[in-house]
Amino acid sequence: MKLRNGTRTLALSTALAATLALAACGADNESDSGSGGGGGGGGGETQELSGALAGAGASSQQAAMEAWQAGFQGEYPDVQFSYDPAGSGAGREQFIAGTTAFAGSDAALDEEELAQAQERCGGGEVFELPNYISPIAVMYNLEGVDELNLSPATIAGIFSGAITTWNDPAIAADNPDATLPGTAITPVHRGDDSGTTDNFTDYLFQAAPDVWTSEPDGEWPLEGGEAANGTSGVVEVVTSTDGAITYADASRAGELGVANIAVGGEFVAPTPEAAAAVVENSPALEGRGEYDFAIELNRLTESAEEYPIVLVSYHIGCIQYDDQEAADNVKAFMEYVISEDGQAAAAENAGNAEISDTLREQAQTAVDAITAG
Amino acid sequence: MTATKAPTEPPSQQRVVRRPGDRVFAGAARGSGIFILLVLAGVAAFLISEALPALTASSEEIPGGEGLGSYVWPLIVGTLLGAVIALVVATPLAVGIALYITYYAPRRIAAAMGYVIDLLAAIPSVVYGFWGLAVLAPKLVPFHQWTADNLSWIPLFAGPASASGRTMLTVGLVLAVMILPIISAIAREVFSQAPALHREAALALGATRWEMIKMAVLPYGKSGVIAGAMLGLGRALGETMAVAIILSGGGAATINLITSSNPSTIASNIALRFPEATGLGVNTLIASGLVLFVITLAVNMLARWVVNRRADFSGAN
Amino acid sequence: MSTDTQSAPQLSAPQPGPVRVERRLPRFAPLGLFVLGIVLGAALSAATGFSVTSTVVYGVVLGTLLVYVGTRAVEGRRKATDRLVTCLVTTAFGIAMIPLISLVYTVLDKGLARFDGDFFGMSMFRIVGEGGGAYHAILGTLIITLVATIISVPIGLFTAIYLVEYGTGRLKKAITFFVDVMTGIPSIVAGLFAFALFTLLFGNDFRAGIMGAVALSVLMIPVVVRSCEEVLKLVPNELREASYALGVPKWRTVVKVVLPTAIAGLGTGITLSVARVVGETAPLLITVGLITGTNLNPFDGRMATLPVFAFYQLTQPGTATQAFLDRAWTAALVLIIFVMALNILARLISRFFAPKTGR
Repeated sequence: MKLRNGTRTLALSTALAATLALAACGADNESDSGSGGGGGGGGGETQELSGALAGAGASSQQAAMEAWQAGFQGEYPDVQFSYDPAGSGAGREQFIAGTTAFAGSDAALDEEELAQAQERCGGGEVFELPNYISPIAVMYNLEGVDELNLSPATIAGIFSGAITTWNDPAIAADNPDATLPGTAITPVHRGDDSGTTDNFTDYLFQAAPDVWTSEPDGEWPLEGGEAANGTSGVVEVVTSTDGAITYADASRAGELGVANIAVGGEFVAPTPEAAAAVVENSPALEGRGEYDFAIELNRLTESAEEYPIVLVSYHIGCIQYDDQEAADNVKAFMEYVISEDGQAAAAENAGNAEISDTLREQAQTAVDAITAG
Repeated sequence: MTATKAPTEPPSQQRVVRRPGDRVFAGAARGSGIFILLVLAGVAAFLISEALPALTASSEEIPGGEGLGSYVWPLIVGTLLGAVIALVVATPLAVGIALYITYYAPRRIAAAMGYVIDLLAAIPSVVYGFWGLAVLAPKLVPFHQWTADNLSWIPLFAGPASASGRTMLTVGLVLAVMILPIISAIAREVFSQAPALHREAALALGATRWEMIKMAVLPYGKSGVIAGAMLGLGRALGETMAVAIILSGGGAATINLITSSNPSTIASNIALRFPEATGLGVNTLIASGLVLFVITLAVNMLARWVVNRRADFSGAN
Repeated sequence: MSTDTQSAPQLSAPQPGPVRVERRLPRFAPLGLFVLGIVLGAALSAATGFSVTSTVVYGVVLGTLLVYVGTRAVEGRRKATDRLVTCLVTTAFGIAMIPLISLVYTVLDKGLARFDGDFFGMSMFRIVGEGGGAYHAILGTLIITLVATIISVPIGLFTAIYLVEYGTGRLKKAITFFVDVMTGIPSIVAGLFAFALFTLLFGNDFRAGIMGAVALSVLMIPVVVRSCEEVLKLVPNELREASYALGVPKWRTVVKVVLPTAIAGLGTGITLSVARVVGETAPLLITVGLITGTNLNPFDGRMATLPVFAFYQLTQPGTATQAFLDRAWTAALVLIIFVMALNILARLISRFFAPKTGR
């Protein structure tokens, strides 16, 4: 019996020692962060900010947020930053409940939420900054077709199931020079509730009202059809299925073909510049506060410089926070996010479009106004 | 402490005397049991209070606009369909595996084979999901095509076949693989505990190995196999990520297993919709969770009834 | 001997004589017949357009049939059924191996790319794009799973002991039944429950590893109870009675006789329950969130965990997609290795502590 107990003690202590050894050595890349000599920002001037900064919301921003966090913590290593990619709805809810200092959301606050958010901000103003702009590309996998032009009505026809083969006259009319095979079209949509679907169906609803009659929604409004979970899911399915077509963040196209979309008589590719341009020129939502830059995207743009299928994800926060630390942290973070460095870092990691100078200037007014009180 | 006390008590009074150690131990055991009931009551209270707004809301307000019933119905069908396929495929296989490891495999490698099957339980469900999506579904496309061509007179295989293979059939098979180690581990354990005397008696009477198993092992292990199958069924009913990743869901209720429009399952629907849900949408999703709860309850009642119809072979009763 | 018995059936096959003759196939005949079936299967497959799948399917079916028919003709129905079951059982094991090998191959194939020192030595703190590791997530998973195990195993084991050794009447029935019900709680509901519980107790912005551990415990406890109960039931009553007869108190009987006898099964059950929760994503995402740095304190602040880490590396990759996918698959590989190690530990425990029995 003694021997057995000895063995048990030995086994347990070995396991414990192994865990402790692993814990004791620490992560290689974190060891020097406390001293402030991490120096990722280049300038090396680390400033006096501390405490926690928690955000939650849209998972579409996750990759960009990683880049922002890396840059932000290079400048302010003592701030405990976290972002839960729990979803836009959860993000807005947690912000309103006061769980987080700011929210990331694929949709602006609605009237009711706006009132609640103002209450959460001590009756003060709320800021909504369109800081993450990502063009949504229509991607396809069709052997032998490298370039494809599509008009809104054709896209609506394909995704509603009215157009079933690739050599359909409607597609041929958009692509007079291409040789289209008779492959069956497999349209793939998002199975989860997503801002991407919301923006895509909103575009179809506005640009092809005759063909697409379902109201825009984060959930795919039609029943049936091929559904996949998340951007990775739809891309994976389209990549492995010949004749499949889907909509997803343009940066994730990889080897898939990307269709040009008809805008004002021309066919426009989903470039970052064209996406930023449409956001800049879209009208602001009415009846909002001074620092609320929520916009109504102009899907019906006629300018060939603009690409209308765009996902805009906002950062939502208070102009006035209860305590100084929260205000300073949010201010510093937003300052970095809208800076050229911040936008470039996000674009490199996430492939989104950088905001234009006009958008930056307007966001700056909101950031400058953030105070504690 | 108790040991010094015990001899002083006359043996005849043993039933009356309660030793402190016994009291503490029995109390801890009973307390744990009651604690579990409290936890479950907490979960149920939480579910019901969160689901209540959706249960009382008018049908237009529920996502889909046709009321809670028509929202949840396809999900119930999908959940049951996937779980039943998984159970039907996995239970015989698991019993076979357990028998192989306990009575057929060479003694020396049997234990190693046990680890190997347990390894299946170690794989996280996200990995099952991506394996199903990237490896299994494309491999099953020809099979789907074949069933649609040859078996379309069976309503289950009415077709048209999915081009990507991400169907209820594929999901059922992946779920079967996921619950296989659960059922087989428990079956293995009970089979190997079958009384040696019974087994030796059967063999001594000239029974073949199968006859010995049929007479001495299977009756003994039956309740264990059913318990394992129920555990597996619980996992299959509630499996979230793997189904969410593989299934091309969102369709109407149908028992057609091989098309690309499948009813989603309750758990995967919650996982897919919850992050972006707001207001009554959240309540509706939690109400569907409550339905899953009730389904599990019903399934377990059924299983209990089946087990209890036969006399227990347990050594402890 | 085999030649004698070979000739015997030919004489007596048309009309079995009154005296039973022990007729047996030569030792390697069943195997030979099975291999012949495989060869025939390959031929059939080649005739209909060769593929490995059809070869295996036809081969196994034909092989099993040949063995059955052959044995039946020579040794009679009972032996034939025995051989048929042997074939079926072995085939069942073979079928289970197919997904396992495919899964392990997929995970190894994709996961070995980043199975390096950096992965175990670095976190994702200030890492953009390539590089980085899962140091923070590995420790997070270890800590949260450990805490969940510390919560679940005593509760689960004691409940199982109660059900088997003490329980009577209504309470026993209620617990048994509701434990079954608990196995059906969807993982995301467990997460929501833990979230609601802790925000109720500690306010809205409370986040800690313990929340995740509680959510996992809700999922883990019923599995522990159910598998432990099943194993404890199998401990022969004779052992308990012998112990009582020697004047050993009931609780010491349970601790010193019942538990050691069942320890192999208990180990398996607990390992299985850990395996059940270690890969859970949804409840952990809601409760403990995801951070890029290391947090070793389960009672304060968000933690990273391997499944959540893998899930987001897979589903939300940036432009350097391959780096994200590599990290995700390596994380999955580490998870599997982690559970395997646990499994082996459980086996070692049962080997060291289980009393030697007849079997």
